Amino acid sequence: MTTKMFGAPVQRTEDLRLLVGNGRYLDDLGEGAYEAAFVRSPHARARITGIDVTGALDVDGLIAIYTYEDLAGRVAEPLPLLIPHPALTHGRTAYPLAKEFVNHVGEAVVMVVATDRYLAEDACERITVEYEALPPVVGIENAFRADRLVHDDVPGNCAAHLVQEVGDAPAAIAAAPNRLELKLDIERSACMPMEGRGVYARWDAADESLRVYTSTQTSTGVRAAVAAKLDLPLDRVECVTPDVGGGFGVKIVHPWPEEILIPWAARLLDHEVKWTEDRREHFISAAHERGQLQTVRVGFDDDGRLLGLDVEILHDNGAYTPYGIIVPIITSTQLLGPYKPGAYRVDFRSLYTNTVIVTPYRGAGRPQGVFAMERAMDAIADHLGKDRTEVRAVNFIQPDEMPYDHGLLFQDGRPLIYDSGDFPGSLDALKKLVGWDEFEAYRAQARAEGRRVGIGVACYVEGTGVGPYEGGHVQVETTGKVVVATGLTSQGQGHQTVFAQIVADELGVPIEDVTVTTGDTRRFPYAVGTFASRAAVMSGNAIALAARNVKAKALRIAGEALEADPRDLEIVDGHVRVKGSPGASVALGTVAVLSNPLRYAFDEASKAATQLTGKADFSKPPVAEDDEPGLEGRDYYSPPTATFANGMHAVIVETDPDTAEIRILRYCVVHDCGHLINPMIVEGQVHGGVAQGVGGALYERMEYDEHGQLVNASFMDFLMPYASEVPKIEIDHLETPSPLNPLGIKGAGEAGVIPAAAVFASAIEDAEGFPITRMPIQPSELFHLRKRFAAGEIPALRRGADHAAGTHR
Amino acid sequence: MTETQIPTEQRLDIRLSVNGVPHTTTVTPRRLLSDCLRHDLGLTGTHVGCEHGVCGACTVRVDGKPMRACLMFAVSAQGHEITTVEGLAEPDGTMHPVQQAFRECHGLQCGFCTPGFLTVVSAFLEENPTPTEEEAREAVSGNLCRCTGYQNIVKSVLRAAEITEERKGCAHAEGDAR
Ligand code: FES
Ligand code: FES
Repeated sequence: MTTKMFGAPVQRTEDLRLLVGNGRYLDDLGEGAYEAAFVRSPHARARITGIDVTGALDVDGLIAIYTYEDLAGRVAEPLPLLIPHPALTHGRTAYPLAKEFVNHVGEAVVMVVATDRYLAEDACERITVEYEALPPVVGIENAFRADRLVHDDVPGNCAAHLVQEVGDAPAAIAAAPNRLELKLDIERSACMPMEGRGVYARWDAADESLRVYTSTQTSTGVRAAVAAKLDLPLDRVECVTPDVGGGFGVKIVHPWPEEILIPWAARLLDHEVKWTEDRREHFISAAHERGQLQTVRVGFDDDGRLLGLDVEILHDNGAYTPYGIIVPIITSTQLLGPYKPGAYRVDFRSLYTNTVIVTPYRGAGRPQGVFAMERAMDAIADHLGKDRTEVRAVNFIQPDEMPYDHGLLFQDGRPLIYDSGDFPGSLDALKKLVGWDEFEAYRAQARAEGRRVGIGVACYVEGTGVGPYEGGHVQVETTGKVVVATGLTSQGQGHQTVFAQIVADELGVPIEDVTVTTGDTRRFPYAVGTFASRAAVMSGNAIALAARNVKAKALRIAGEALEADPRDLEIVDGHVRVKGSPGASVALGTVAVLSNPLRYAFDEASKAATQLTGKADFSKPPVAEDDEPGLEGRDYYSPPTATFANGMHAVIVETDPDTAEIRILRYCVVHDCGHLINPMIVEGQVHGGVAQGVGGALYERMEYDEHGQLVNASFMDFLMPYASEVPKIEIDHLETPSPLNPLGIKGAGEAGVIPAAAVFASAIEDAEGFPITRMPIQPSELFHLRKRFAAGEIPALRRGADHAAGTHR
Repeated sequence: MTETQIPTEQRLDIRLSVNGVPHTTTVTPRRLLSDCLRHDLGLTGTHVGCEHGVCGACTVRVDGKPMRACLMFAVSAQGHEITTVEGLAEPDGTMHPVQQAFRECHGLQCGFCTPGFLTVVSAFLEENPTPTEEEAREAVSGNLCRCTGYQNIVKSVLRAAEITEERKGCAHAEGDAR
């Protein structure tokens, strides 16, 4: 009996390998390759006045040294601006190696290739670069004030200015019975996968072809970029994504300078070359996210219903904009969450600073957007003296209003239309799970014990499964084994398993017989990439459609063999059989044999095939005109709009009255990503997301000094949560299937992280009795806020007036 | 051309015992144990996440004790018994209880941090075969994982303790039957 795999908590097929040390991550490959290291800028902004490499020339094992002057052809041009946008009027990208100017600490200036990384670093140390240091632009306020410019030709340091409007928000706010204004500040964090970036390239001179292995979230993107930059025909470049040790967004950026330079050097030197990023390099030359200043103005009625919402965002995009303005676009659209905003106006400026570039990090602009909206919801509730969940509920889009069109354009340039969701149902489930209604009693009891506790809530809607497309290929081999390929990559989300689950069900084969390859352009050359919680939706549906094609073909061929109508056939446990009479059946492997008229008998299966002359009809060719040999199918899935998953989080915290330490007592998640392919994997995704959310809310902050030096560029100083800091996460699922795709699924990859900063702010201010407007909040910050509060510099929450008096000594 | 003479690096022949197998290799004195295991001996199961002793990805067992291979020189590992993730399973391929538990409990996602957790937990359970949830969490609190949120890792530790116990039970049962 085949059991249904879709929806089952199937153990991951990728784990056996990874658990015994047989993973193949980038740095595990390329034994014997030359290794590269980089001299990187120590200045945030400077002019390069000279580079002297002579000191490095007699380093043992040195192979080559390259500066900008050595780059040729398109490699010498600026890196591509991947996602242009009409509002991005002043997009700027870096050169693979700095040309005259450096714009952030960590920018690559010289590349050294040696027989070994140790020696390459030795050589780097002996190269002297002379700089004329220039005063840098650090921090959003400075960028906005624009006393100095990051790029001389970008006025106001403004890369992009975009306004979207539905109705007349300023007028609606002016006319509203109640009005509030909030100033919010979210700091920079970063993806920080445990495996940094890495590239390894092999040039085949005789074949004039290149194979690039890279730890990327998009192998097809890297392939195309490398081919273009190195002026090679696309068919001479292969890109393989090995096991990837986490990405979380930073590895969707491509090509990284190193992804061009390493293949370029491999060809030039006619030798394998590899680069494995070290942790400090990752901090100062990869990418960060999150930094924004927001001004939120709301007008609302006495029930808390939004009448007008006007948001201004200053977004720090770092020194360059290779990935466009995706992050602030997402913030400005996804900010709306499950609510109807009334009239809405959002205005963002994306600003240059002399710091590491900003590109999507798990959640990609949504945590900031949710922070803005949920802080506003809490402020409205406080202003009206209402329960925070009540104010949210009156603003919800109702299930019968789906699909819901916000009248805005989403990140993919398409209309922002929610496909499905049941927000009131989610909120009910969350309130039950966390015990919302019983919390006041708990608070009273805690207070009696001298403890200070608070509860928070935050809701979000996440556009997932954005297009344009993904594809899948499914092939049944003559052994009956099924090989599946999709171009999209995997960085630990269990894609091999969930895609195998889908194929097992669609084709009626045991899951053990299915193997899945992801992110290898040799196996599937068309793809977009793994980001925006799109893998399951896009490749999952594409693979399902491909499997359906294979099934149709299998039934047709088996029908001929069994002399039955294909409509009377089914596939069970890898055998095509006549429904109701399991005796008449043919193995799928045999169907694969039948599908391919062979001339040569190279193994038993093919020997059988060459003998299968049967009742040949000699008036027809062996392969019919519109048919192809082989039992395989390919298909693509391309949705009209994104799917929209949603969720709500609640947290209960306890803040230490003396040390201001913040302890998490409960963390509850209600999550709706449509049909779950594998609940175990979805929950794992939520856990991981929440952990990153805890980091972003309570610990992680990229600490730049006024010179643009990142002063906490190590795991010792940049605080990421360990097991001791992440709470147990309680999850409840709702499944409102998406009507947009055959499987009814929505993505789940980023969900956990999105509302975390907002929910912690909500809970901490609930415990403390004064508003929280800045994240992350470490104990020292809370301590100082308390002091300022005691000194009357921060107003009390209104509802907190009496309880604050009770809790503050 | 330069004034400063670059000294040729000293190279030393060393003998390392890894997973019960003797290896000889030649290293410079500064070569990290993590690099030696990975690149000289080809045991790439041990991973490097930070190279400054904080993340625990590179943890191996040295004479049974968890040690960060990025904080040790290869030369100083001579004369000690080193166990890497490749050495955790039984010679017949049966997974170590910790490996099996991580699989059952979805204790890994990208798997990059996993070898470090496995070596740490395997050592921990030998000292404390019946940990509480609190102790299990404490035991893995020196290793960073960016993917899992740790919940399933803690679950895996507890499950590994159970599996060890179950296996002992089976061994007893087999013994009784004979
Ligand atoms: S690599 Fe050794 S502790 Fe991080
Ligand atoms: S599983 Fe990816 S870092 Fe732990």
